[in-house]
Amino acid sequence: MSDSHVEGDTRYLFKRDKTWWVKVAVPRTLRDELGYDLRRSLHTHDLEAARATRWEVIEEFRSEIEKVKALRGGETDEGKQSPGNRESRNGKSQAGPIAVDQHIVEIVSDSGEGAQKCGQLMGLVSGKMGNGVWTVEIIPAEIQPPARSQQGASGIRVRMGSKYMTNMGNEADMVVAFNEQVLYSRIQNGAYREGTVVLLENMWAEDPEPAVREQYAEALADFKQRGLVVHELPIQQECLKIVSDPRKGKNMFVLGMLCHIYDRDTTMAKEEIAKIFRKKSDTVIKINHDLLYAGYAFARDNIDYQFSITTAPEDRLDSVVVINGNQAAGLGVMAAGIEMVAMYPITPATSASHYLAEDFHLTGGFVHQAEDEIAAIGFAIGSSYAGKTACTITSGPGIALKTEMIGLAVMAEIPLVIIDVQRGGPATGLPTKIEQGDLLAALFGAPGDAPKVVLAASTISECFHFVVMARKLAESFRTPVLILTDANLATGVQAIERPDVTDEWFAPPIDQSPWDRNVPPYDWDEKTGLSERPIPGMRGGEYILTGLAHNRNSKIAYDTRSNQEGMDMRSRKLAALAATLKAPEVHGDPEGDLLIVGWGSTIGAIEEAVDLARAAGKNVSSVHLRFLSPLEPGLKEIFSRFRKIKTIELNYSDAPDAPLSGIENRRYAQLAYALRAHTLMDIDCWSKVPGHPLSPATIGRVIDETLEQMEGAE
Amino acid sequence: MFGLKGDWSLEVKERYFTLEDYCGAEPRWCTGCGDHGILAAVHRVCRDAQLKPEKTVAVSGIGCSSRLPHYMNTYGFHGLHGRALPVACGVKSRRPDLDVWVATGDGDCFSIGAAHWIHAMRYNMDLTVLVFDNGIYGLTKKQTSPTTPLDVPTNTHPSGALLPPMNPLTVTLGITNISFIAQIVDWNAQLRHEVIKKAHAHKGTSFVRIIQRCPVYVESIGKTLQDEPARLKLLTHEKGVQVDDTVKRQFPNHAEHDPSDIHAAREFAENPDELPLGILYLNPDAPRYDLMSAAGLEMTAEERLAGLNEALDHFAI
Ligand SMILES: Cc1ncc(C[n+]2csc(CCOP(=O)(O)OP(=O)(O)O)c2C)c(N)n1
Ligand code: SF4
Ligand SMILES: [Mg+2]
Repeated sequence: MSDSHVEGDTRYLFKRDKTWWVKVAVPRTLRDELGYDLRRSLHTHDLEAARATRWEVIEEFRSEIEKVKALRGGETDEGKQSPGNRESRNGKSQAGPIAVDQHIVEIVSDSGEGAQKCGQLMGLVSGKMGNGVWTVEIIPAEIQPPARSQQGASGIRVRMGSKYMTNMGNEADMVVAFNEQVLYSRIQNGAYREGTVVLLENMWAEDPEPAVREQYAEALADFKQRGLVVHELPIQQECLKIVSDPRKGKNMFVLGMLCHIYDRDTTMAKEEIAKIFRKKSDTVIKINHDLLYAGYAFARDNIDYQFSITTAPEDRLDSVVVINGNQAAGLGVMAAGIEMVAMYPITPATSASHYLAEDFHLTGGFVHQAEDEIAAIGFAIGSSYAGKTACTITSGPGIALKTEMIGLAVMAEIPLVIIDVQRGGPATGLPTKIEQGDLLAALFGAPGDAPKVVLAASTISECFHFVVMARKLAESFRTPVLILTDANLATGVQAIERPDVTDEWFAPPIDQSPWDRNVPPYDWDEKTGLSERPIPGMRGGEYILTGLAHNRNSKIAYDTRSNQEGMDMRSRKLAALAATLKAPEVHGDPEGDLLIVGWGSTIGAIEEAVDLARAAGKNVSSVHLRFLSPLEPGLKEIFSRFRKIKTIELNYSDAPDAPLSGIENRRYAQLAYALRAHTLMDIDCWSKVPGHPLSPATIGRVIDETLEQMEGAE
Repeated sequence: MFGLKGDWSLEVKERYFTLEDYCGAEPRWCTGCGDHGILAAVHRVCRDAQLKPEKTVAVSGIGCSSRLPHYMNTYGFHGLHGRALPVACGVKSRRPDLDVWVATGDGDCFSIGAAHWIHAMRYNMDLTVLVFDNGIYGLTKKQTSPTTPLDVPTNTHPSGALLPPMNPLTVTLGITNISFIAQIVDWNAQLRHEVIKKAHAHKGTSFVRIIQRCPVYVESIGKTLQDEPARLKLLTHEKGVQVDDTVKRQFPNHAEHDPSDIHAAREFAENPDELPLGILYLNPDAPRYDLMSAAGLEMTAEERLAGLNEALDHFAI
């Protein structure tokens, strides 16, 4: 069922979609020259073949690393190479752009100034040029926060690299800010480091309001103190040469600037701009093009920085789509052949429905915006009962309201796909921000025993493919399937391999052939709990579905034996599914000191951190779980090969040294909680609720500290 | 070439359905409960319309009244308390070929399911909605419902309901896009049958409030009305419902009412002294959401696949 899980020796190997690749980590000191790792496709889908051919490539990579090491001689002192010094060392570009293997740029502004559009275009053009790209939106919680407010930052982060990007990275290298105040919330989030270059709109220095001029001057001094490298630029003034109200259009000027700074193809940018404004007049398109070119020329004449991000040709995907996780889920719904999505608006899930509302008609589907979340899932359940397996998309508070209905779908064995784009909780919580807080609610949030399938997508690609898988699982196992994604996946934009879609993924046309009257509606197979279901329209299959305890004939039955049997059969289905799963793949060596366990969107950051730590000689690996109910098999065996197991999660747990917390009453992170119960092993956790994704650097620190503590304990 | 088709279109013998073809399990309602009569009327309307049992779906919530699907020999969905309407709408949304009935109670529909009631009326999907209004929570043993009359003692208000009862007719008549509203009492077989038949024939959501006797918990409600038929007013019209003289004799108080006149309907509905019986409002032309939600049903797999590729093209670079 989950063919992404492979057993056996996969050292130096990883799989992208179906193809096997070799990957050798580059020592930290050589990363400026070689990047984080060296990788190459083995052009095979077959693991055995990949195992056989990998060594040649590994040898080649190793000798390349040795060569660079030799060239560098004694110059490999850590401090000199720290990324914090990168710009000050080689930022001034006299002789063409400086090649870098990756760069993170942010654009922040008040809301409504188009920073996100600017960043999206930057990401798109970079993706087209063959870079790996990950973008995350920076969203204020209010629709229109006051202008120039510290918490009102609206914008975007774009991480561009030579390699495939899987997460938002660490501190930004460069930021373009439309005013100085909005930088503060980003500074609080640790988005920048000493040496981060700030390209700052300087109009505020001349603002008619003395208070504004004062704020600006204060902030400027403060930024310098913090080690940010600030360049004040007359962006507004330059834009005024072209448009009368630069609030609309400044973003395109900045895009032009960035196109020069990062040596991007302006023709591509021009085309994308024309696409965005295709419904507007030619004049509008022309003004935006003018702004783009003006920004480009301005940067060429006034900004010393110029970088190029190398692309590795073999890293280029043949055919890509650039999408965020919610669009991926929407496309997954269409690819699964689902025809009905019933929803109620809730951030950060809604944009999936926005997307479907635009394109669902292409596959004959319909979005029902219900009166509330209960009605939404009820509607979906009705459609599923009638043979058209439906989907409902929501976030945590919506899941809470849908709980009783999910229980009904479990009890009455109604196939259904539920997507939970998690945000921070409880209650209204952090509506626009990320948290992995719904796992236990997903697993257990219903009265009685309500076994269901729970999956967690960890990548944008999985947001797509898991929906296709979920519909099949829902129908084969006659059960609701809940897919957990999160705000990070929902708004992260990435170029992924274009799925090779086929109509075999579609739900088959509903069966209306007669039903054998001798077969009861719940003809449970003793071994698997599985049964076929009659669908309205099938002559002879007439039955009354009920949420009450029932027997095989769907007759209400409160007797002890029937209730026990029903419960057994519903639980057995999960056991039957678990029996088809394979153990998850360990990232890194299959044994060692520390094993990090993660789930969901943290995969990119965790694996990047693990690779770095391993390159530095640390004995750490990671494993990432996709099936959370039933859990993938073999976990205990994998865990037993490490000295310490620690989950890293974006949800709440008591710090081990928190006041009044101790071994007896520490509240663990959600996956750790589930795994401790499942394996009876002393699984530790590190979890936080920062409202933003974890960076590889943060995870790297957790790894280092954990290993230090382990040493200390010896 | 001459084999039987899956959709039975070549069946030589016409299928003819008798009342028995619609009878499911033996009803477990109390003796004297008004629900029995309503069930009989539903069976008869199904038989008269010769509905295919396999194409008929009875959806309900939870309550005494919501047991109805079990007493049908069709497909049925006995779901959650208050949630019959969203489920029924979902069933209909992509299966226009199914004939969908809803059985719900006063607690189920007007209290816990009130949001769905308002919105399902507005969606106006082709459903026949029967509200079994006994003015009490029956299944859970005599708690106050939104329609319990003032001063009727219940287990949650032993000295009598505190607030005046809600008027479901005026509420429903205030909802935009309603298309069929009727009221009947469970104890007149002919009126019951005529109205439910019309409700079923109507294309759109037909809302029928049935004043239903629960002799076990609130005998007085039904009794008062049976003893004093002057508190009821029978509305007849050629566009609404027509009954013969025996019925008219039972309800001495009657009036001609054109059901296309919503203002008149509201006036009848508001009168606290004479509860209207018959069809209050009917609009065959109100927009139907089921026709919208079925969009794209006819697409072939090839067309869908082409559409999917087109959708992916929007993101291709
Ligand atoms: C969520 C939930 N809350 C409460 C109940 C308990 N409950 C079942 S039926 C009912 C009231 C039924 O009253 P009504 O809808 O008027 O139906 P009747 O029994 O009178 O026909 C209640 C409160 C439940 N099943 N589910
Ligand atoms: S309790 Fe009342 S409503 Fe319920 S079955 Fe008995 S008489 Fe009918
Ligand atoms: Mg009742």
